[in-house]
Amino acid sequence: MDKVAIVGVAQTKYEEDKIDQPYSELVFEVVKKLHNNLGITNDDIGCVITSSNDFNDGRTIANMAIQDAVGSVRKAESRVSGDGAFAYVYGAMRILSEEYDTVMVVSHCKCSEVSQYLVNNTIFDPYYQRHLGLDQISSAGLMANMYMNKYGVSEEQAAKVVVKNRKNALNNPHAHLQKEISVEDVLNSKMLAYPLKELDFPPFSDGAVAMLLTSEKSAKKFTDTPVWLKGYASCTDAYYLGHRNMTDLIGLELAAKGAYEMAGISDPVGELDVAEVYDAFSTHELMSYEALGFCGKGEGGKFMDSGATQMNGSIPVNPSGGVLSSNPTMANGLIRVAEIVLQLMGKAGKRQIPNAKLGLANGMNGICSQGNCVLIFGGE
Amino acid sequence: MSEEIEKKIYRGRIKVPYKHTAGAYVERFITEIGKNNKIMGVKCPKCGKVYVPPKMICFTCFEKMEEWVEVGKQGTVKGFTVVTHSTPVMPLEPPYAYGIITLDGADTDFVHLINESDPKKLKIGMRVEAVFKEKPRKRILDIEYFKAI
Repeated sequence: MDKVAIVGVAQTKYEEDKIDQPYSELVFEVVKKLHNNLGITNDDIGCVITSSNDFNDGRTIANMAIQDAVGSVRKAESRVSGDGAFAYVYGAMRILSEEYDTVMVVSHCKCSEVSQYLVNNTIFDPYYQRHLGLDQISSAGLMANMYMNKYGVSEEQAAKVVVKNRKNALNNPHAHLQKEISVEDVLNSKMLAYPLKELDFPPFSDGAVAMLLTSEKSAKKFTDTPVWLKGYASCTDAYYLGHRNMTDLIGLELAAKGAYEMAGISDPVGELDVAEVYDAFSTHELMSYEALGFCGKGEGGKFMDSGATQMNGSIPVNPSGGVLSSNPTMANGLIRVAEIVLQLMGKAGKRQIPNAKLGLANGMNGICSQGNCVLIFGGE
Repeated sequence: MSEEIEKKIYRGRIKVPYKHTAGAYVERFITEIGKNNKIMGVKCPKCGKVYVPPKMICFTCFEKMEEWVEVGKQGTVKGFTVVTHSTPVMPLEPPYAYGIITLDGADTDFVHLINESDPKKLKIGMRVEAVFKEKPRKRILDIEYFKAI
């Protein structure tokens, strides 16, 4: 299915607190960068899809706060209130509709502007869960405890995920946390939500990402190395934590199945050259290995031990450093897509996986992989 | 915060009170807890699964559930965590525990608090019992927490 191309991406540096720039200026920064990289102007953009979250932006219909920055005044713009990977999907559909030849997809988040614990608490229903004070930290602790107990995954194996991703981030100039850490550092960090410690979790980051999608016939006007959408599927799991299987990411598993089928992939580890997964916490990446079919159920820890997901392994995972290194929440899925694009274009600099031709990116909405989307991309 | 930093910030706060419509399922569940110290679930007419807390639709069978069933005040811990971070919406002073609990007679799990601050004293498989609030406030916290038995 070579019908939707990505021809260019732009990102800000991800940082703890970009106090000198409101989010509209972060968005303007990446949109201008994208224009300049591709040698285009706002007139070359057919329509715009944005992604953010009203609670994070502090207003409803928050896309109106960035309409100047994305150049969408008197232009077709719509927005996904959710993870940026879903905004990519919306943008791809605009191209597939044949109504637009070019679509710009943009996502941003300034975690620094509001308590992410309070925003995450509002994800939960107001009757049964919200008053318990649940947030992303406590629910991750519950999931990690149940997963590790069921499959005998160790805290060391979980820590190795963080060590790997932080090391990869050293080679990504956009990454927020750029300090190498050891397994001991993770294990000795403060217990936050047993059995997860402070370093099992990502930081909170500010940043934005933009990309240009085009139709098949126009792609080569913008680049010699377009990246093509090969497969996509999404799947949501039950909302209430207790009505869900907390030891396996069933929603992600079903999304992966659909995406592999569309892309004609039967052996993900053998066929994929690189993957960018939404690592919301350390054990979440291990669970993602299983759901994405990189290894069997319960084998995420052993798969980590095998080195398969390291930069020189059979399926490098999160060469960008992942969410564990940079976490502007709503943009995370689109950042995964951007990294795969750079890898498949051969533009990933020091973290380039040699000869990467086929890659996977996944996005997530909600708590503990409730909403999932899996995307497969191919290079030239 | 330094004056220099404060200059760069425009402070705001959104205050929007809601009156969320409870619906028959939430209304009965919360009322039974507060008035009668009973925990109620609903049973799917097709697969027979008992959902606690109750909701209208069995997502497996896509059937409306109307048969109310009382489940136990005691249950088995299927998962737990002890949190140490602090937020303004936490119902207890951290550290305290959250549990995913299978109540006796239920086929789904119930998420609630456990009044234990030491993870070493918690175990998957341990038995716990609901402690009800003396003065109910029409909240899920009318079960104050679960305690080890």
